[in-house]
Amino acid sequence: MTAPPKRRTPIPATVLIAMGWIAVVLIVALTAETIRPYGITALDLRARLTPPIGFGGDLRHFLGTDELGRDVLSRLLVSIRVSLLIAFSATAIAAVLGTAMGFLAAHFRGPLEQLVLMLIDFQASIPFLILALAVLAFFGNSLLLFIVLMGLYGWERHARIARGLAIAANAQGYAMAVRQLGAGPLRIYLTHVLPNIAATLIVSATLCFPEVVLLESGLSFLGLGVQPPMTSLGSMVGYGREYITRAPWILLAPSAIVVLTTLSVSMLGDWLRDRLDPTLR
Amino acid sequence: MARYILLRILRAMLSVVLVVTFAFVVLRLSGDPALTLMSPEAPAEVIAAFRKSWGLDQPIWRQYLDYFGAIARGDLGISMRDGRPALRMVLERVPATLALTIPAFLLKISVGVPAGILAALHRNSRLDRLLMAGAVAGFTVPSFVLGLVLVLVFAVQLGWLPSGGQEGLRSAILPILTIALGGAGVLARFTRSAMLEVLGQPYMRTAAAKGVPWRVAVWRHALPNAAIPIVTVIGFMVGTLIAGAVVVESVFSWPGVGRLLVVAVSSRDLAVVQCILLMVSLTMVASNLIVDMIYGVLDPRLRGGGGRG
Repeated sequence: MTAPPKRRTPIPATVLIAMGWIAVVLIVALTAETIRPYGITALDLRARLTPPIGFGGDLRHFLGTDELGRDVLSRLLVSIRVSLLIAFSATAIAAVLGTAMGFLAAHFRGPLEQLVLMLIDFQASIPFLILALAVLAFFGNSLLLFIVLMGLYGWERHARIARGLAIAANAQGYAMAVRQLGAGPLRIYLTHVLPNIAATLIVSATLCFPEVVLLESGLSFLGLGVQPPMTSLGSMVGYGREYITRAPWILLAPSAIVVLTTLSVSMLGDWLRDRLDPTLR
Repeated sequence: MARYILLRILRAMLSVVLVVTFAFVVLRLSGDPALTLMSPEAPAEVIAAFRKSWGLDQPIWRQYLDYFGAIARGDLGISMRDGRPALRMVLERVPATLALTIPAFLLKISVGVPAGILAALHRNSRLDRLLMAGAVAGFTVPSFVLGLVLVLVFAVQLGWLPSGGQEGLRSAILPILTIALGGAGVLARFTRSAMLEVLGQPYMRTAAAKGVPWRVAVWRHALPNAAIPIVTVIGFMVGTLIAGAVVVESVFSWPGVGRLLVVAVSSRDLAVVQCILLMVSLTMVASNLIVDMIYGVLDPRLRGGGGRG
Protein backbone atom coordinates (compact mmCIF):
# COMPACT_ATOMS: atom_id res chain seq x y z
CA MET A 1 0.00 0.00 0.00
CA THR A 2 1.35 3.36 -0.89
CA ALA A 3 0.06 6.55 0.57
CA PRO A 4 -1.70 8.80 -1.91
CA PRO A 5 0.85 11.18 -3.40
CA LYS A 6 0.83 14.44 -1.53
CA ARG A 7 0.25 17.40 -3.74
CA ARG A 8 3.17 19.67 -3.12
CA THR A 9 3.19 23.21 -4.28
CA PRO A 10 6.71 24.13 -5.29
CA ILE A 11 8.52 26.56 -3.00
CA PRO A 12 8.47 30.00 -4.62
CA ALA A 13 11.81 31.22 -5.94
CA THR A 14 11.84 34.23 -3.63
CA VAL A 15 11.47 32.00 -0.59
CA LEU A 16 14.27 29.77 -1.86
CA ILE A 17 16.53 32.78 -2.23
CA ALA A 18 15.55 33.91 1.26
CA MET A 19 16.39 30.47 2.65
CA GLY A 20 19.72 30.55 0.84
CA TRP A 21 20.56 33.91 2.34
CA ILE A 22 19.58 32.75 5.82
CA ALA A 23 21.84 29.70 5.39
CA VAL A 24 24.77 31.91 4.35
CA VAL A 25 24.24 34.22 7.30
CA LEU A 26 24.02 31.29 9.69
CA ILE A 27 27.23 29.78 8.37
CA VAL A 28 28.97 33.14 8.72
CA ALA A 29 27.67 33.51 12.26
CA LEU A 30 28.96 30.09 13.23
CA THR A 31 32.38 30.45 11.62
CA ALA A 32 32.96 34.20 12.01
CA GLU A 33 35.85 33.81 14.42
CA THR A 34 37.77 31.53 12.03
CA ILE A 35 37.01 33.13 8.68
CA ARG A 36 37.55 36.75 9.64
CA PRO A 37 40.79 37.94 8.02
CA TYR A 38 41.76 40.31 10.86
CA GLY A 39 40.89 40.86 14.50
CA ILE A 40 38.00 43.25 15.04
CA THR A 41 40.18 45.66 16.97
CA ALA A 42 43.32 45.21 14.87
CA LEU A 43 44.41 48.63 13.67
CA ASP A 44 46.03 49.27 10.30
CA LEU A 45 46.84 52.93 10.68
CA ARG A 46 48.48 53.21 7.26
CA ALA A 47 45.28 52.05 5.59
CA ARG A 48 42.74 54.23 7.36
CA LEU A 49 39.47 54.84 5.48
CA THR A 50 40.48 52.62 2.57
CA PRO A 51 37.52 52.20 0.21
CA PRO A 52 36.25 48.71 -0.68
CA ILE A 53 37.69 46.78 -3.59
CA GLY A 54 36.38 48.16 -6.85
CA PHE A 55 36.17 51.67 -5.43
CA GLY A 56 39.87 52.23 -5.14
CA GLY A 57 40.65 49.67 -2.48
CA ASP A 58 42.71 46.51 -2.74
CA LEU A 59 42.44 42.87 -1.79
CA ARG A 60 43.91 43.32 1.67
CA HIS A 61 40.75 45.04 2.88
CA PHE A 62 37.98 43.65 0.75
CA LEU A 63 35.26 45.92 2.14
CA GLY A 64 37.58 48.75 3.08
CA THR A 65 38.55 50.03 6.50
CA ASP A 66 37.21 52.53 9.00
CA GLU A 67 38.66 55.65 10.60
CA LEU A 68 41.01 53.60 12.78
CA GLY A 69 42.05 51.32 9.97
CA ARG A 70 40.02 48.39 11.25
CA ASP A 71 38.96 45.91 8.57
CA VAL A 72 35.26 46.39 7.75
CA LEU A 73 34.81 42.83 6.49
CA SER A 74 36.17 41.30 9.70
CA ARG A 75 34.01 43.56 11.82
CA LEU A 76 31.03 42.77 9.64
CA LEU A 77 31.46 39.00 10.05
CA VAL A 78 31.76 39.27 13.81
CA SER A 79 28.83 41.70 13.93
CA ILE A 80 26.66 39.18 12.12
CA ARG A 81 27.60 36.63 14.74
CA VAL A 82 26.83 38.94 17.67
CA SER A 83 23.56 40.23 16.23
CA LEU A 84 22.33 36.76 15.36
CA LEU A 85 23.36 35.39 18.73
CA ILE A 86 21.34 38.09 20.47
CA ALA A 87 18.37 37.71 18.17
CA PHE A 88 18.29 33.92 18.46
CA SER A 89 18.68 33.88 22.23
CA ALA A 90 16.08 36.61 22.64
CA THR A 91 13.58 34.90 20.35
CA ALA A 92 14.10 31.61 22.18
CA ILE A 93 13.64 33.25 25.58
CA ALA A 94 10.48 35.00 24.44
CA ALA A 95 9.05 31.81 22.95
CA VAL A 96 9.77 29.68 26.04
CA LEU A 97 8.61 32.35 28.46
CA GLY A 98 5.48 33.14 26.47
CA THR A 99 4.54 29.50 25.99
CA ALA A 100 5.07 28.78 29.68
CA MET A 101 2.93 31.73 30.69
CA GLY A 102 0.25 30.73 28.21
CA PHE A 103 0.22 27.15 29.54
CA LEU A 104 0.08 28.37 33.14
CA ALA A 105 -2.88 30.57 32.31
CA ALA A 106 -4.61 27.77 30.44
CA HIS A 107 -4.02 25.24 33.19
CA PHE A 108 -4.86 27.18 36.32
CA ARG A 109 -7.46 29.60 34.92
CA GLY A 110 -8.89 31.83 37.66
CA PRO A 111 -6.78 34.55 39.27
CA LEU A 112 -3.48 33.33 37.79
CA GLU A 113 -4.94 33.55 34.31
CA GLN A 114 -6.18 37.06 35.04
CA LEU A 115 -2.69 38.00 36.20
CA VAL A 116 -1.12 36.69 33.01
CA LEU A 117 -3.71 38.49 30.92
CA MET A 118 -3.00 41.67 32.85
CA LEU A 119 0.73 41.35 32.16
CA ILE A 120 -0.03 40.74 28.49
CA ASP A 121 -2.13 43.92 28.40
CA PHE A 122 0.61 45.84 30.17
CA GLN A 123 3.28 44.69 27.76
CA ALA A 124 1.08 45.47 24.79
CA SER A 125 0.17 48.93 26.05
CA ILE A 126 3.67 50.44 26.03
CA PRO A 127 5.91 50.63 22.98
CA PHE A 128 8.64 48.11 23.71
CA LEU A 129 11.42 50.44 22.61
CA ILE A 130 10.47 52.94 25.34
CA LEU A 131 10.27 50.19 27.93
CA ALA A 132 13.65 48.83 26.90
CA LEU A 133 15.21 52.29 27.00
CA ALA A 134 13.81 52.87 30.48
CA VAL A 135 15.25 49.59 31.76
CA LEU A 136 18.63 50.36 30.18
CA ALA A 137 18.62 53.82 31.76
CA PHE A 138 17.84 52.43 35.18
CA PHE A 139 20.11 49.41 35.17
CA GLY A 140 22.94 50.35 32.89
CA ASN A 141 24.03 47.91 30.25
CA SER A 142 25.65 44.52 30.02
CA LEU A 143 25.41 41.92 27.28
CA LEU A 144 23.49 39.50 29.48
CA LEU A 145 20.97 42.10 30.63
CA PHE A 146 20.60 43.22 27.04
CA ILE A 147 19.83 39.69 25.80
CA VAL A 148 17.34 39.10 28.61
CA LEU A 149 15.70 42.42 27.88
CA MET A 150 15.39 41.59 24.19
CA GLY A 151 13.96 38.24 25.31
CA LEU A 152 11.02 40.05 26.80
CA TYR A 153 10.08 41.28 23.36
CA GLY A 154 7.08 39.51 21.92
CA TRP A 155 6.52 37.03 24.76
CA GLU A 156 2.97 38.31 25.07
CA ARG A 157 2.14 37.23 21.54
CA HIS A 158 3.39 33.69 22.16
CA ALA A 159 1.55 33.66 25.49
CA ARG A 160 -1.72 34.66 23.88
CA ILE A 161 -1.39 32.01 21.19
CA ALA A 162 -0.23 29.27 23.59
CA ARG A 163 -3.04 30.00 26.04
CA GLY A 164 -5.71 29.88 23.35
CA LEU A 165 -4.37 26.71 21.78
CA ALA A 166 -3.81 24.95 25.11
CA ILE A 167 -7.36 25.69 26.25
CA ALA A 168 -8.63 24.26 22.97
CA ALA A 169 -6.31 21.23 23.25
CA ASN A 170 -7.43 20.51 26.80
CA ALA A 171 -10.93 20.02 25.55
CA GLN A 172 -9.82 17.54 22.89
CA GLY A 173 -9.90 13.80 23.14
CA TYR A 174 -6.16 13.14 23.23
CA ALA A 175 -5.45 15.45 26.17
CA MET A 176 -8.39 14.04 28.09
CA ALA A 177 -7.31 10.48 27.31
CA VAL A 178 -3.78 10.91 28.67
CA ARG A 179 -5.21 12.72 31.68
CA GLN A 180 -7.49 9.75 32.34
CA LEU A 181 -4.45 7.50 32.10
CA GLY A 182 -2.95 9.41 34.99
CA ALA A 183 -0.43 11.66 33.28
CA GLY A 184 0.55 14.72 35.27
CA PRO A 185 0.01 18.22 33.89
CA LEU A 186 3.69 18.71 33.05
CA ARG A 187 3.69 15.54 30.98
CA ILE A 188 0.44 16.43 29.25
CA TYR A 189 1.61 19.89 28.30
CA LEU A 190 5.17 19.08 27.31
CA THR A 191 4.82 15.74 25.54
CA HIS A 192 1.28 15.94 24.21
CA VAL A 193 -0.02 19.47 23.87
CA LEU A 194 3.24 21.18 22.90
CA PRO A 195 4.01 19.01 19.84
CA ASN A 196 0.50 19.57 18.60
CA ILE A 197 0.69 23.33 18.72
CA ALA A 198 4.41 23.68 17.95
CA ALA A 199 3.86 24.60 14.31
CA THR A 200 1.90 27.68 15.21
CA LEU A 201 4.40 28.71 17.86
CA ILE A 202 7.32 28.27 15.46
CA VAL A 203 5.61 30.46 12.92
CA SER A 204 4.96 33.10 15.51
CA ALA A 205 8.59 32.97 16.62
CA THR A 206 9.76 33.27 13.01
CA LEU A 207 7.63 36.36 12.60
CA CYS A 208 9.10 37.78 15.82
CA PHE A 209 12.72 37.18 14.89
CA PRO A 210 13.15 40.00 12.35
CA GLU A 211 11.53 42.43 14.77
CA VAL A 212 14.10 41.49 17.40
CA VAL A 213 16.89 42.05 14.88
CA LEU A 214 15.46 45.48 14.12
CA LEU A 215 15.12 46.30 17.80
CA GLU A 216 18.62 45.17 18.68
CA SER A 217 20.19 47.00 15.76
CA GLY A 218 18.13 50.11 16.53
CA LEU A 219 19.26 50.20 20.16
CA SER A 220 22.86 49.44 19.23
CA PHE A 221 22.68 52.14 16.57
CA LEU A 222 21.68 54.60 19.30
CA GLY A 223 24.72 53.47 21.27
CA LEU A 224 22.52 51.93 23.95
CA GLY A 225 22.75 48.27 22.96
CA VAL A 226 25.90 46.29 22.29
CA GLN A 227 28.84 48.25 23.70
CA PRO A 228 32.36 48.58 22.29
CA PRO A 229 34.79 46.89 21.95
CA MET A 230 32.14 44.36 20.96
CA THR A 231 30.39 45.14 17.72
CA SER A 232 27.01 44.39 16.21
CA LEU A 233 25.36 45.32 12.93
CA GLY A 234 23.51 48.23 14.52
CA SER A 235 26.52 49.62 16.31
CA MET A 236 28.55 49.44 13.10
CA VAL A 237 25.92 51.55 11.38
CA GLY A 238 25.90 53.94 14.33
CA TYR A 239 29.67 54.29 14.15
CA GLY A 240 29.67 54.61 10.37
CA ARG A 241 27.14 57.41 10.53
CA GLU A 242 29.88 59.82 11.61
CA TYR A 243 31.70 59.10 8.35
CA ILE A 244 28.70 59.06 6.04
CA THR A 245 30.16 61.66 3.70
CA ARG A 246 33.75 60.43 3.65
CA ALA A 247 33.37 56.68 4.03
CA PRO A 248 29.79 55.54 3.37
CA TRP A 249 30.96 51.90 2.99
CA ILE A 250 31.35 51.60 6.76
CA LEU A 251 27.61 51.88 7.27
CA LEU A 252 26.36 50.54 3.94
CA ALA A 253 27.74 47.02 4.41
CA PRO A 254 26.07 46.32 7.79
CA SER A 255 22.88 48.11 6.67
CA ALA A 256 22.60 45.81 3.68
CA ILE A 257 23.06 42.74 5.89
CA VAL A 258 20.36 43.87 8.33
CA VAL A 259 17.91 44.59 5.53
CA LEU A 260 18.54 41.35 3.64
CA THR A 261 18.33 39.26 6.80
CA THR A 262 15.12 40.76 8.18
CA LEU A 263 13.58 40.64 4.73
CA SER A 264 14.54 36.99 4.23
CA VAL A 265 13.31 35.84 7.62
CA SER A 266 10.01 37.66 7.29
CA MET A 267 9.49 36.24 3.81
CA LEU A 268 10.21 32.78 5.18
CA GLY A 269 7.87 33.46 8.10
CA ASP A 270 5.04 34.59 5.84
CA TRP A 271 5.44 31.55 3.67
CA LEU A 272 5.57 29.19 6.66
CA ARG A 273 2.47 30.83 8.09
CA ASP A 274 0.50 30.44 4.88
CA ARG A 275 1.63 26.86 4.62
CA LEU A 276 1.41 25.60 8.17
CA ASP A 277 -1.25 27.68 9.71
CA PRO A 278 -3.55 29.85 7.68
CA THR A 279 -5.50 30.84 10.80
CA LEU A 280 -2.67 33.02 12.09
CA ARG A 281 -3.06 36.37 10.47
CA MET B 1 -23.03 49.60 26.70
CA ALA B 2 -22.45 51.27 30.06
CA ARG B 3 -20.91 48.06 31.33
CA TYR B 4 -18.62 47.85 28.31
CA ILE B 5 -17.42 51.42 28.81
CA LEU B 6 -16.95 50.93 32.53
CA LEU B 7 -14.91 47.77 32.00
CA ARG B 8 -12.68 49.48 29.46
CA ILE B 9 -12.09 52.46 31.76
CA LEU B 10 -11.25 50.13 34.63
CA ARG B 11 -8.78 48.26 32.46
CA ALA B 12 -7.19 51.49 31.30
CA MET B 13 -6.82 52.66 34.88
CA LEU B 14 -5.28 49.35 35.82
CA SER B 15 -2.75 49.75 33.01
CA VAL B 16 -1.82 53.19 34.31
CA VAL B 17 -1.35 51.86 37.84
CA LEU B 18 0.81 49.06 36.44
CA VAL B 19 2.98 51.46 34.48
CA VAL B 20 3.48 53.72 37.48
CA THR B 21 4.30 50.70 39.63
CA PHE B 22 6.72 49.48 37.00
CA ALA B 23 8.47 52.86 36.95
CA PHE B 24 8.64 52.89 40.73
CA VAL B 25 9.98 49.36 41.00
CA VAL B 26 12.69 49.80 38.38
CA LEU B 27 13.62 53.12 39.88
CA ARG B 28 14.13 51.56 43.29
CA LEU B 29 15.72 48.35 42.00
CA SER B 30 18.26 50.24 39.97
CA GLY B 31 20.21 51.08 43.09
CA ASP B 32 20.54 54.00 45.41
CA PRO B 33 20.35 57.20 43.36
CA ALA B 34 22.36 58.90 46.08
CA LEU B 35 25.29 56.61 45.36
CA THR B 36 25.01 56.65 41.58
CA LEU B 37 24.71 60.39 41.41
CA MET B 38 27.02 61.69 44.08
CA SER B 39 30.73 61.27 43.83
CA PRO B 40 32.10 58.37 45.88
CA GLU B 41 34.08 60.75 48.07
CA ALA B 42 31.01 62.75 49.12
CA PRO B 43 30.80 63.04 52.91
CA ALA B 44 28.20 60.89 54.67
CA GLU B 45 26.11 63.83 55.88
CA VAL B 46 25.81 65.21 52.33
CA ILE B 47 24.57 61.84 51.12
CA ALA B 48 22.12 61.65 54.02
CA ALA B 49 20.80 65.14 53.22
CA PHE B 50 20.41 64.17 49.57
CA ARG B 51 18.48 61.03 50.49
CA LYS B 52 16.23 63.00 52.82
CA SER B 53 15.47 65.60 50.17
CA TRP B 54 14.50 62.83 47.72
CA GLY B 55 12.41 61.02 50.34
CA LEU B 56 14.68 57.98 50.21
CA ASP B 57 14.76 57.64 54.01
CA GLN B 58 11.05 56.76 54.18
CA PRO B 59 9.72 53.18 54.33
CA ILE B 60 9.15 51.66 50.89
CA TRP B 61 5.31 51.64 50.97
CA ARG B 62 5.38 55.28 52.00
CA GLN B 63 7.66 56.09 49.09
CA TYR B 64 5.30 54.22 46.77
CA LEU B 65 2.25 56.21 47.92
CA ASP B 66 4.18 59.48 47.83
CA TYR B 67 5.24 58.58 44.32
CA PHE B 68 1.61 58.23 43.20
CA GLY B 69 0.75 61.48 44.97
CA ALA B 70 3.56 63.35 43.29
CA ILE B 71 2.62 62.03 39.85
CA ALA B 72 -1.02 62.97 40.42
CA ARG B 73 0.13 66.52 41.19
CA GLY B 74 2.16 66.55 37.98
CA ASP B 75 5.39 66.57 39.92
CA LEU B 76 7.64 64.24 37.96
CA GLY B 77 10.88 65.13 39.57
CA ILE B 78 13.79 67.37 38.70
CA SER B 79 16.20 66.47 35.94
CA MET B 80 19.31 65.33 37.73
CA ARG B 81 21.57 66.83 35.08
CA ASP B 82 19.73 69.98 34.21
CA GLY B 83 18.16 70.93 37.54
CA ARG B 84 14.89 71.85 35.81
CA PRO B 85 11.52 70.11 36.27
CA ALA B 86 11.56 66.99 34.07
CA LEU B 87 7.98 67.51 32.93
CA ARG B 88 8.78 70.96 31.60
CA MET B 89 11.82 69.71 29.72
CA VAL B 90 9.76 67.01 28.08
CA LEU B 91 6.81 69.25 27.25
CA GLU B 92 9.17 71.72 25.57
CA ARG B 93 10.21 69.01 23.16
CA VAL B 94 6.71 67.79 22.29
CA PRO B 95 5.98 70.36 19.53
CA ALA B 96 9.16 69.45 17.64
CA THR B 97 8.24 65.76 17.76
CA LEU B 98 4.66 66.39 16.69
CA ALA B 99 5.96 68.50 13.81
CA LEU B 100 7.46 65.26 12.46
CA THR B 101 4.98 62.64 13.55
CA ILE B 102 1.70 64.33 12.59
CA PRO B 103 2.63 64.97 8.93
CA ALA B 104 4.17 61.49 8.82
CA PHE B 105 0.97 60.05 10.28
CA LEU B 106 -1.18 61.75 7.61
CA LEU B 107 1.24 60.69 4.90
CA LYS B 108 1.28 57.03 5.93
CA ILE B 109 -2.52 56.91 5.97
CA SER B 110 -2.88 58.60 2.60
CA VAL B 111 -0.31 56.25 1.03
CA GLY B 112 -0.89 53.04 2.98
CA VAL B 113 -4.68 52.74 2.90
CA PRO B 114 -5.21 53.39 -0.83
CA ALA B 115 -2.28 51.10 -1.66
CA GLY B 116 -3.82 48.31 0.43
CA ILE B 117 -7.26 48.76 -1.14
CA LEU B 118 -5.76 48.79 -4.62
CA ALA B 119 -3.77 45.63 -3.91
CA ALA B 120 -6.85 43.84 -2.55
CA LEU B 121 -9.00 44.80 -5.52
CA HIS B 122 -6.36 43.47 -7.91
CA ARG B 123 -5.49 40.47 -5.85
CA ASN B 124 -2.58 38.36 -7.17
CA SER B 125 -2.01 40.71 -10.07
CA ARG B 126 1.37 42.16 -10.84
CA LEU B 127 0.28 45.43 -9.22
CA ASP B 128 -0.65 43.58 -6.02
CA ARG B 129 2.74 41.88 -5.88
CA LEU B 130 4.57 45.10 -6.54
CA LEU B 131 2.66 46.99 -3.86
CA MET B 132 3.10 44.24 -1.29
CA ALA B 133 6.80 43.89 -2.04
CA GLY B 134 7.07 47.63 -1.43
CA ALA B 135 5.09 47.29 1.79
CA VAL B 136 7.28 44.49 3.11
CA ALA B 137 10.39 46.47 2.19
CA GLY B 138 8.90 49.47 3.96
CA PHE B 139 8.70 47.79 7.30
CA THR B 140 11.65 45.43 7.18
CA VAL B 141 14.13 48.19 6.39
CA PRO B 142 15.07 49.64 9.78
CA SER B 143 14.29 53.33 10.07
CA PHE B 144 17.89 54.25 10.75
CA VAL B 145 19.03 52.55 7.57
CA LEU B 146 16.26 54.16 5.52
CA GLY B 147 17.02 57.54 7.08
CA LEU B 148 20.74 57.28 6.42
CA VAL B 149 20.23 56.11 2.85
CA LEU B 150 17.93 59.09 2.24
CA VAL B 151 20.61 61.35 3.75
CA LEU B 152 23.24 59.75 1.55
CA VAL B 153 21.18 60.25 -1.60
CA PHE B 154 19.40 63.56 -1.05
CA ALA B 155 21.83 65.38 1.21
CA VAL B 156 25.28 64.01 0.44
CA GLN B 157 25.05 63.07 -3.25
CA LEU B 158 22.41 65.41 -4.64
CA GLY B 159 22.71 68.15 -2.02
CA TRP B 160 18.99 68.98 -2.30
CA LEU B 161 18.07 68.77 1.37
CA PRO B 162 19.87 69.26 4.69
CA SER B 163 20.97 66.09 6.48
CA GLY B 164 19.76 67.17 9.88
CA GLY B 165 19.19 70.03 12.25
CA GLN B 166 16.09 72.13 12.38
CA GLU B 167 16.02 74.59 9.52
CA GLY B 168 12.26 74.61 9.19
CA LEU B 169 10.39 72.77 6.51
CA ARG B 170 13.31 71.64 4.38
CA SER B 171 15.04 69.74 7.13
CA ALA B 172 11.77 68.10 8.19
CA ILE B 173 11.17 66.44 4.82
CA LEU B 174 13.61 63.54 5.14
CA PRO B 175 12.66 62.57 8.72
CA ILE B 176 8.95 62.73 7.88
CA LEU B 177 9.49 60.52 4.83
CA THR B 178 11.50 58.06 6.90
CA ILE B 179 8.80 57.71 9.56
CA ALA B 180 5.98 57.58 7.03
CA LEU B 181 7.39 54.90 4.71
CA GLY B 182 7.65 52.19 7.35
CA GLY B 183 4.18 52.90 8.75
CA ALA B 184 2.67 53.01 5.27
CA GLY B 185 3.96 49.49 4.63
CA VAL B 186 2.34 48.12 7.77
CA LEU B 187 -0.90 49.90 7.01
CA ALA B 188 -0.98 48.77 3.38
CA ARG B 189 -0.60 45.13 4.38
CA PHE B 190 -3.23 45.41 7.05
CA THR B 191 -5.68 47.24 4.76
CA ARG B 192 -5.20 44.61 2.07
CA SER B 193 -6.04 41.72 4.37
CA ALA B 194 -9.00 43.57 5.89
CA MET B 195 -10.31 44.31 2.40
CA LEU B 196 -9.80 40.73 1.21
CA GLU B 197 -11.74 39.44 4.17
CA VAL B 198 -14.66 41.74 3.42
CA LEU B 199 -14.58 40.99 -0.31
CA GLY B 200 -15.02 37.30 0.46
CA GLN B 201 -18.14 37.87 2.56
CA PRO B 202 -21.51 36.46 1.42
CA TYR B 203 -23.08 39.92 1.22
CA MET B 204 -20.64 40.81 -1.53
CA ARG B 205 -21.82 37.80 -3.51
CA THR B 206 -25.42 38.75 -2.77
CA ALA B 207 -24.78 42.25 -4.06
CA ALA B 208 -23.23 40.82 -7.22
CA ALA B 209 -26.16 38.43 -7.65
CA LYS B 210 -28.62 41.30 -7.33
CA GLY B 211 -26.84 42.96 -10.20
CA VAL B 212 -25.19 45.72 -8.21
CA PRO B 213 -22.25 46.96 -10.26
CA TRP B 214 -18.88 45.90 -8.81
CA ARG B 215 -17.76 49.49 -8.30
CA VAL B 216 -20.89 50.35 -6.33
CA ALA B 217 -20.66 47.19 -4.24
CA VAL B 218 -17.08 48.05 -3.34
CA TRP B 219 -17.95 51.61 -2.38
CA ARG B 220 -21.20 50.87 -0.56
CA HIS B 221 -20.54 47.53 1.09
CA ALA B 222 -16.88 46.59 1.13
CA LEU B 223 -15.20 49.84 2.09
CA PRO B 224 -17.43 50.75 5.06
CA ASN B 225 -17.03 47.29 6.52
CA ALA B 226 -13.30 47.13 5.97
CA ALA B 227 -13.03 50.58 7.54
CA ILE B 228 -13.76 49.25 11.03
CA PRO B 229 -10.51 47.31 11.59
CA ILE B 230 -8.50 49.85 9.61
CA VAL B 231 -9.73 52.74 11.74
CA THR B 232 -8.83 50.72 14.82
CA VAL B 233 -5.26 50.19 13.67
CA ILE B 234 -4.93 53.86 12.74
CA GLY B 235 -6.27 54.73 16.17
CA PHE B 236 -3.60 52.66 17.83
CA MET B 237 -1.02 54.53 15.78
CA VAL B 238 -2.16 57.79 17.40
CA GLY B 239 -0.70 56.51 20.65
CA THR B 240 2.74 56.31 19.10
CA LEU B 241 2.81 59.93 17.94
CA ILE B 242 5.06 60.95 20.82
CA ALA B 243 7.16 57.81 20.98
CA GLY B 244 7.31 56.87 17.34
CA ALA B 245 10.33 58.90 16.37
CA VAL B 246 13.03 57.92 18.87
CA VAL B 247 15.41 56.46 16.31
CA VAL B 248 14.57 58.81 13.45
CA GLU B 249 15.05 61.92 15.60
CA SER B 250 18.48 60.63 16.51
CA VAL B 251 19.40 59.99 12.89
CA PHE B 252 18.50 63.55 11.93
CA SER B 253 19.54 65.19 15.23
CA TRP B 254 16.00 66.51 15.54
CA PRO B 255 15.46 68.12 18.97
CA GLY B 256 12.31 66.23 19.92
CA VAL B 257 11.16 63.98 22.74
CA GLY B 258 12.90 60.94 21.25
CA ARG B 259 16.28 62.64 21.09
CA LEU B 260 15.80 63.85 24.67
CA LEU B 261 15.01 60.29 25.72
CA VAL B 262 18.13 58.87 24.11
CA VAL B 263 20.33 61.52 25.70
CA ALA B 264 18.62 61.04 29.06
CA VAL B 265 19.12 57.27 28.88
CA SER B 266 22.79 57.52 28.07
CA SER B 267 23.40 60.04 30.84
CA ARG B 268 21.07 58.11 33.18
CA ASP B 269 18.90 61.12 33.88
CA LEU B 270 16.24 59.02 35.55
CA ALA B 271 13.67 61.75 36.20
CA VAL B 272 13.47 62.62 32.52
CA VAL B 273 13.36 58.96 31.47
CA GLN B 274 10.52 58.11 33.83
CA CYS B 275 8.66 61.27 32.83
CA ILE B 276 8.78 60.24 29.15
CA LEU B 277 7.89 56.65 30.03
CA LEU B 278 4.81 57.77 31.96
CA MET B 279 3.75 60.30 29.37
CA VAL B 280 4.08 57.86 26.49
CA SER B 281 2.16 55.14 28.31
CA LEU B 282 -0.57 57.57 29.34
CA THR B 283 -1.02 58.66 25.72
CA MET B 284 -1.04 55.03 24.60
CA VAL B 285 -3.56 53.98 27.22
CA ALA B 286 -5.78 56.99 26.57
CA SER B 287 -5.77 56.54 22.80
CA ASN B 288 -6.38 52.80 23.11
CA LEU B 289 -9.33 53.58 25.37
CA ILE B 290 -10.76 56.01 22.86
CA VAL B 291 -10.27 53.50 20.05
CA ASP B 292 -12.03 50.84 22.10
CA MET B 293 -14.96 53.19 22.64
CA ILE B 294 -15.20 54.09 18.96
CA TYR B 295 -14.94 50.42 18.11
CA GLY B 296 -17.80 49.67 20.49
CA VAL B 297 -19.94 52.26 18.73
CA LEU B 298 -18.96 51.11 15.22
CA ASP B 299 -19.33 47.41 15.85
CA PRO B 300 -22.35 46.53 17.95
CA ARG B 301 -21.24 42.89 18.21
CA LEU B 302 -18.61 43.87 20.75
CA ARG B 303 -21.06 45.48 23.14
CA GLY B 304 -23.13 42.32 23.57
CA GLY B 305 -22.07 39.51 25.86
CA GLY B 306 -19.65 41.70 27.77
CA GLY B 307 -17.16 39.19 29.06
CA ARG B 308 -16.26 37.71 25.74
CA GLY B 309 -14.25 40.69 24.47
